[in-house]
Amino acid sequence: MTSSSRGPEGSPLRRFLDERLGLSALRDLIGHKQVPVHRHSFWYYWGGMALFLFLVQVATGILLLLYYRPGPTEAWESVQFIVTRVRWGWLVRSLHSISANLLMLVVLVHLGSVFFLRAYRRPRELTWVTGLGLFFLFITFGFSGYLLPWNELAFFATSVGTEIPRAIPVVGDFLVRLVRGGPEVTGATLSRFYGLHVAILPALTTVALGIHLALVQKHGMSVPGGVREKGPPMPFLPNFLLRDLIGWFAALAVLITIIVLAPTAPFGALFPFDALFDPKHLLELGEKADPFASAPVGIKPEWYFLFMFETLKALPADVAGLEGELVGVLAFGVGALALFLVPFLDRGASGLPPSRFSRLAGGALALFGLAMCALATWSMAHAGRWLGAAAGVAGAAWILGALLLECRRPPGSASRLVPAFGWLVVAFLVGMTVVGRLS
Amino acid sequence: MTESDKEDRRGSPPTRREFVDGLLTCALGATAIAVAFPVAGYIVPPDAPESQDASVVLPFAAEELLPNSGRVFRFGNEPGLVLRTPAGELRAFSARCTHLSCTVQYAPEQSRVSCACHGGWFDLSGRNVAGPPPRPLPAFVVNLRRRAGGEGHDIVVSRA
Repeated sequence: MTSSSRGPEGSPLRRFLDERLGLSALRDLIGHKQVPVHRHSFWYYWGGMALFLFLVQVATGILLLLYYRPGPTEAWESVQFIVTRVRWGWLVRSLHSISANLLMLVVLVHLGSVFFLRAYRRPRELTWVTGLGLFFLFITFGFSGYLLPWNELAFFATSVGTEIPRAIPVVGDFLVRLVRGGPEVTGATLSRFYGLHVAILPALTTVALGIHLALVQKHGMSVPGGVREKGPPMPFLPNFLLRDLIGWFAALAVLITIIVLAPTAPFGALFPFDALFDPKHLLELGEKADPFASAPVGIKPEWYFLFMFETLKALPADVAGLEGELVGVLAFGVGALALFLVPFLDRGASGLPPSRFSRLAGGALALFGLAMCALATWSMAHAGRWLGAAAGVAGAAWILGALLLECRRPPGSASRLVPAFGWLVVAFLVGMTVVGRLS
Repeated sequence: MTESDKEDRRGSPPTRREFVDGLLTCALGATAIAVAFPVAGYIVPPDAPESQDASVVLPFAAEELLPNSGRVFRFGNEPGLVLRTPAGELRAFSARCTHLSCTVQYAPEQSRVSCACHGGWFDLSGRNVAGPPPRPLPAFVVNLRRRAGGEGHDIVVSRA
């Protein structure tokens, strides 16, 4: 018997609301949701934690809006006002800033677990695409929000970051002007980033998140291939939701602990995340931005941009006649595109034979990878950096070997290449981030 | 457990489930309070430093203000109105209409002070004579001071 047929029961208020809002239909929908139980169930909680931290961002962001004033003469002063004069203002700003960093971390874990458990398999391809879209939206949130306090670090980070598109041929200069709202980073850029951060991105995120959650609800949780369920699935309401709540509280506890303890020694040194991102540096407002001051020594972007920062720094100015920056931007662009295409390339994981598209796109990606390795080998050898050249040769050998194995794989079986390639990417990202933190 | 079961158990000690549910409700309630308290404190704006200025020197000379005219000036955080009556006397009032705080203006045709928002009228002594304003405009004290080394006089307005 469903709850909707129990309609006449309950208090008069409940009956009044149910008749007008159809609450029991909603309760039925959630009541039917079940969560499989197996040894990888742990990873199901990370999406919920990301949602929680996103909600923290929304709530604290709205609170900051009550006092923040965009504009080069007022932004820094208003943030200073928030952290010094407004009651609990320091807490709200710290929550917004630290929670943003934790959100990136949790989203990366969520993304990684979905990738390695191949939860993007049919019919969840679009859940993957919307999730990845949310990831890039969050990165844009981080980049645009970083400028808003209008301090020295933010100013130079934005100057450097918005300069990167200039490497793109033909439209580069136009793109830089479009992003900055003018030729330089000025108050116009601040207005633009403010609008992006508080209106455009939230609107897009609401849509993407709505679709993402609706798809999760529609398809349910994915059980990884070859994993035996431990027993009957767990009802979402209340069992899984209460467990989810533990994850939310854990995230909240970590958040508050960092905010309260980490900025001050000796507690700061005790926390491993101190090695990843520097809460002290996040919480300090710093000097007001001055476009005519020199860039401060040791300036670095947020940790989640460090891999890109280090890669662009390591690239020679000239790679086989191409600008080094362009090669880097091209590689990252193709990498991001490939990430979106993963479910459509890895058809074997869904038990499907390769399609025309997956063959063509996979082949194109392999060719691109080979070309990149050849470029790396050539330019590194040219510069006399033999370790780098050897890495280029190894990369090319890896791709060729992988292609060979892939050709011998029986159609419809899951490719071992996908996780192997995933770990390679993880190793690259972590390695570059560590290098960036240490240098 | 159905409603009738609950009825039967009224008065007996709580079951383990009811006890745990109670704990959970308390924990969620405590969380809600822990969130609501700082949020409420944050929303209330901090006290802005109130202007303690007892008097202000107007940025124009007394001679610039012709008979049957008036000008709005800044007195701390609030607007004031200085006017010269057709007879040549200087007077100053708070420019905040006593109805709903619009800023009033001098109307030379009527030789009165008017509020454009809801049609309030005050006479040259600041008394509310027509329209919705419930009280007269608070009056300020006007003094003249010879300008240092120059010609003309400064208008010094102070609170009564």
